[in-house]
Amino acid sequence: MTNNNLTNSSLIQLSQMLANKAISSVELTQTFLNRIDALNPAINAYIALDKDKTLAQAKAADVRIAAGNAEPLTGIPIAQKDIFCAKDWQTTCGSKMLANFIAPYDAHVITQFNAAGAVNLGKTNMDEFAMGSSNETSYFGGVKNPWDFDRVPGGSSGGSAAAVAARLCAAATGTDTGGSIRQPASLCGFTGLKPTYGVVSRYGMIAFASSLDQAGPMAKSAEDCALMMNVMAGFDERDSTSLNRVKEDYTRELAKPSSSQPLAGLKIGLPKEYFAQGLDDNVATVIEAAIAEYKKLGAEIVEISLPNTGLSIPVYYVLAPAEASSNLSRYDGVRYGHRAAEYTDLMDMYNKSRAEGFGAEVKRRILIGTYVLSAGYYDAYYLKAQQIRRLIAQDFVEAFKTCDVIMGPAAPSTAFKAGEKVDDPVAMYLQDIYTISTNLAGLPGMSVPAGFSHGLPVGLQIIGNYFDEARMLNVAHQYQQVTDWHTQMPELTMPKDIA
Amino acid sequence: MALSIEDIKKIAHLARIEVSENEAAATLTKLTGILGLIEQMQAVDTTGIVPMSHSQDLAQRLREDIVTKTNQRDEFQKIAPVIGNGATEKAVSHGLYLVPQVIE
Amino acid sequence: MEWEVVIGLETHTQLQTNTKIFSGASIKYGAEPNTQACEVSIALPGVLPVLNKEAVNCAIKFGLAINAEIAPRSVFARKNYFYPDLPKGYQISQFELPVVGKGAVTIQVPAVGKNPAYEKVVNITRAHLEEDAGKSVHGAVEGMSGIDLNRAGTPLLEIVTEPDMRSAAEAVAYAKKLHELVQWIGICDGNMQEGSFRCDVNVSVRKKGSDRLGTRREIKNLNSFKFMTQAIEYETRWQIETLEDGGTIHQATVLFNPDTGETRAMRSKEEANDYRYFPDPDLLPLEITEADKARIQTQMPELPEAMKARFEAQFGLTGYDAASLTASRELANYFVATVDKGAEAKPAANWVMGAISAKLNAEEKSLADSPVGAEQLASLLKRIADNTISNNAAKQVFEAMWNGEGEVDAIIEAKGLKQVSDTGAIEAIIDEVLAANATMVEEFKAGKEKAFNALVGQAMKASKGKANPAQVNELLKKKLTA
Repeated sequence: MTNNNLTNSSLIQLSQMLANKAISSVELTQTFLNRIDALNPAINAYIALDKDKTLAQAKAADVRIAAGNAEPLTGIPIAQKDIFCAKDWQTTCGSKMLANFIAPYDAHVITQFNAAGAVNLGKTNMDEFAMGSSNETSYFGGVKNPWDFDRVPGGSSGGSAAAVAARLCAAATGTDTGGSIRQPASLCGFTGLKPTYGVVSRYGMIAFASSLDQAGPMAKSAEDCALMMNVMAGFDERDSTSLNRVKEDYTRELAKPSSSQPLAGLKIGLPKEYFAQGLDDNVATVIEAAIAEYKKLGAEIVEISLPNTGLSIPVYYVLAPAEASSNLSRYDGVRYGHRAAEYTDLMDMYNKSRAEGFGAEVKRRILIGTYVLSAGYYDAYYLKAQQIRRLIAQDFVEAFKTCDVIMGPAAPSTAFKAGEKVDDPVAMYLQDIYTISTNLAGLPGMSVPAGFSHGLPVGLQIIGNYFDEARMLNVAHQYQQVTDWHTQMPELTMPKDIA
Repeated sequence: MALSIEDIKKIAHLARIEVSENEAAATLTKLTGILGLIEQMQAVDTTGIVPMSHSQDLAQRLREDIVTKTNQRDEFQKIAPVIGNGATEKAVSHGLYLVPQVIE
Repeated sequence: MEWEVVIGLETHTQLQTNTKIFSGASIKYGAEPNTQACEVSIALPGVLPVLNKEAVNCAIKFGLAINAEIAPRSVFARKNYFYPDLPKGYQISQFELPVVGKGAVTIQVPAVGKNPAYEKVVNITRAHLEEDAGKSVHGAVEGMSGIDLNRAGTPLLEIVTEPDMRSAAEAVAYAKKLHELVQWIGICDGNMQEGSFRCDVNVSVRKKGSDRLGTRREIKNLNSFKFMTQAIEYETRWQIETLEDGGTIHQATVLFNPDTGETRAMRSKEEANDYRYFPDPDLLPLEITEADKARIQTQMPELPEAMKARFEAQFGLTGYDAASLTASRELANYFVATVDKGAEAKPAANWVMGAISAKLNAEEKSLADSPVGAEQLASLLKRIADNTISNNAAKQVFEAMWNGEGEVDAIIEAKGLKQVSDTGAIEAIIDEVLAANATMVEEFKAGKEKAFNALVGQAMKASKGKANPAQVNELLKKKLTA
């Protein structure tokens, strides 16, 4: 087997290879590390790599596999978004504020992967504090879209996205506050899932907007996402918003006996607002083709309306900055993180440490959030936004009375050029028009590769009802049984021999 | 609700972020654009709608009152910032975090 | 011009839990700096709060104790401001929907000069759960402040009154009553030196008869009742003088300096704060059901008012005595234990409020440290009741018990304090006294009642104080009138 085939393999294939000793975790991990060495300098998907720690985990995984108590992800190299605290790892959240922050504890998600015997390949680049849709707000520099280095990978989980697309990891984690898993999955051409809010613990995941943040898998297929979910999901008593539910097997629906119409009876809702003005024509064509494919699989199409879709962006840009302005107050230069080198007194230390430690977009959002919460504006902005948030959630409740899943584009366009929207925050914010409402409602959403427009990937979004991840994964999986969009990968010229 | 430079300075102060005059002007332009986007909300009649803080209507779970944390001071203070103003040692002493004199 | 002072209190009571309100770190007082500052206490990136069940129970207990509305649904909010002892940059508190709503506390305002004592109802506006901040320590390093976050996250119940009090005496009576109540129901240890019970006092003045409130100044962190009296009296005088001199009062937070007895405005809080309260997205609404309340109700001790009424009805105590005995749960428990061990209620009440309280006060001891326990006091009172010793002798026995000289009967024996109740022996003594004091006998017979008391005195003296005084009286009367 060539190294290319190895890095292109599914999680189940890798797991089998490890189980029957076709390869060791150390060998597999080293293969990915070599590929990272070769490609990451150009792509900039990773912020932090620590080969000693990574290989030590791989060695431990090999011992575990030899002892016969491996789990499906034991020994498999996973890239972790740099938003998750990982003990003794540099954990920056893409910010100068935390550039030197070595986390003294593990996030719940990291604990889960460690317990599963997975190998932490490294910490991936991201928009600063997850605020961005292009990965251009990272203190550690932008990330190249592996399909076109002139273009952005999307954001905020841009590093994880590029790492999955360029096969710099077997799979990756991401977080999604307004689309930060699904939009980069769409722009980089792979499968990403944002679960129902509360399914994956937020403990140790650096907060952006607490009532919207949710971690999820970013991987090559729905099946891989299901395996990742089996590790990531689950109750955690340290997160008050973590849902105490029976542990699920997210692969359970995938095994359904296949027929020529495995999705017979499935009602797919198409919200007319997702196909209106603002959607790129070529993207629309790809999505329509995907819907046609679903009809072939037996699904029934229902037209639905999510009338408040347009309001999701204004609501989001009140609520998320408000929560963020408060969440980011802990970065004051007192106990950890950046402290200004020169200051006159306490007030000056705060003002300078925070002015220097945060980038422009983060500062903008803190200021917006501070403003909308301040005396005299709270009712007109914050309270109003919370009321409209309920209207948006109710739209979905109505919609799911007539359909099982909702489909549409994940992003209004394919990957845009780096620098194109950097100076126009409002244009950048519109990237998340199709993804934000699910965060506001707390619903699960996915992006699944559905084709290309001018050589750039297009993602189909699948939105499910609360806790319907297993069904959504099967809906995506059945599509991936009859299409090969998800197996396509960018041509990457290796700058040196990595054999 | 048009923003002014004074508003920018006031909220920057509340948020403890230093903004120079130039930055304040540039910030004003950008924030005004964002607020324009947000203003769309005002067209919606939200009379009687209960604000939504969380995506699920659940109650707070309670924790048993049992000590589960141990002393990790040394480990936590290893990541303390340096004092600054020429002093290159960590901003901790006698187990305390050090900040410029607090005046009451 | 006649002025009236208007006072409202905000009291921070530290709840008696093992751990912090939102994390499993210990809240034990006096630990080395930052050794009880866990990752949640120091607000590391990514940490989250989970509410302590016991803190909620304490709030419910308080609500039940003041007969208040307990919110079926209350909400935690973030109060945003920057301060080095506030690691998250916000305090988790409750704002619009507090856990405890309106209630009331009845206070006894003691007599001052010729003004008699009186009762008054102080209305409670609300009580809410919140977390404490850390501490700033000065002087450890030149020119810098040190931050200790051990206290950060300690559970507090902030109890807010209506502006119902009209004098320092009323404010202090309320504070004392509340101090006793929170200890009585076991939610706060009441230790003011350690900061477990801290009062902020809002003071304003207005012309008598006016129904508009004046501008208030808030005196922060008073940690003794003596300072509270001094601070309110100083602040009231200062405000009246300022207004009479044509000045205006500006809303301010002030500190009391015990050394000068003066209040002064804090420099750091000068700017108008904009706390930007909003519901904490990391915490869900706190729901308290009728079943929760019923469960806590079963854990509630009998409250002072109920106990006072019971003491009057069951033991025939006066209202004053019953109130005094129920001034603290410790005292009431001690009294009840003394009665349970066989003492009669009235003498037990007198001894507990008299000899025991006097001794404890003189030696600055608490009841828990009393060398004479309830059982010992009961055995002493039983020896008075069964005429083994006189009241006078009992005082000597008590003194000896206090000094650790042994149990009641052993002391009576060792000191030879047993009362003589043998009629024959007493008659013999009386006969001797009558023979030796013929003049007094004559005087008595001539109608001088005083002479009788003198003869009793002589008989008691002759018995070296051991004769039962009641018997001496009876026998003497019989012999003189025979």
